[in-house]
Amino acid sequence: MSIAAKANALWEYANPRKFLATSERVMPFFWVTSITCIVVGLVWGFFFTPDDFRQGSTVKIIYLHVPAALMAINCWLMMLATSLVWLVRRHHVSALAARAAAPVGVVMTLIALITGAIWGQPMWGTWWEWDPRLTSFLILFLFYLGYIALWEAIEDSDTAADLTSVLCLVGSVFALLSRYAVNFWNQGLHQGASVMRAAAVTGADTEEKVSNVYFFPLLVCIIGFVFLFIALVLYRTGTEIRARRIKALLARERVSG
Amino acid sequence: MIPDLGKYTDTVLWSYAASIGLLAALIVFSVMRGRKTRAEMEKIEQRMSRNG
Repeated sequence: MSIAAKANALWEYANPRKFLATSERVMPFFWVTSITCIVVGLVWGFFFTPDDFRQGSTVKIIYLHVPAALMAINCWLMMLATSLVWLVRRHHVSALAARAAAPVGVVMTLIALITGAIWGQPMWGTWWEWDPRLTSFLILFLFYLGYIALWEAIEDSDTAADLTSVLCLVGSVFALLSRYAVNFWNQGLHQGASVMRAAAVTGADTEEKVSNVYFFPLLVCIIGFVFLFIALVLYRTGTEIRARRIKALLARERVSG
Repeated sequence: MIPDLGKYTDTVLWSYAASIGLLAALIVFSVMRGRKTRAEMEKIEQRMSRNG
């Protein structure tokens, strides 16, 4: 199959029935894998890794803080992609997928903010600092809340999808900023990237990188969070599709008397 | 059973409790709403098929 044919085949999932049938088939795999990876990663990290020579046992917070922060940003980018599909191709499933992902993103952002504050207190001596990364993450959290509120506030679902898609485009600046803020402004308390830096792995730079003792259980946790995100978004999109169908059926019932 | 977390015991345990609690709440609410919506849709579809 050519790439163009494969890309066209992807649009089949814009059909709600096709989407529901496929997602229900693959969802058990994502649920089981995600829960397994999260449990294994957390048990491994919590019970079988040593304390850090500087941060002590607080290093164990990394197994929740980093995957949650990663998913908080990537969830918004996924919402951006599906919002663009809605704006360009008007596929309802893509708008509903963005809507379904927002509460997942808000919880991931909240976990990143809470664990960051709890971790920051003993390490930095403060729960909060108006540091570029922390501030952009807080703004991202507020954008998530605004996005969810906008969906709830507008009766007509197509108008809501249009306006939330525009909001999503604007919020993407903060999603990217929260990832790269430490690179733009060389100030603040939050450290730069130290987990996934190709140059550190290959030895091209000599900056500190997270030791492999912590990296491997962290990688398992990250995979678990990614799969949990996929499972939740598939499940919640199914719910949104059914909620939309309920609205349509009730409207049809009212018209027919 | 729990490893010795030293002076950071509260810090680490609170982080885990808050995160796992939030994740569990998200999963439970998602599943509850999903089941409710599915049941409601099936009820309406049955009612409409009965009424023609």
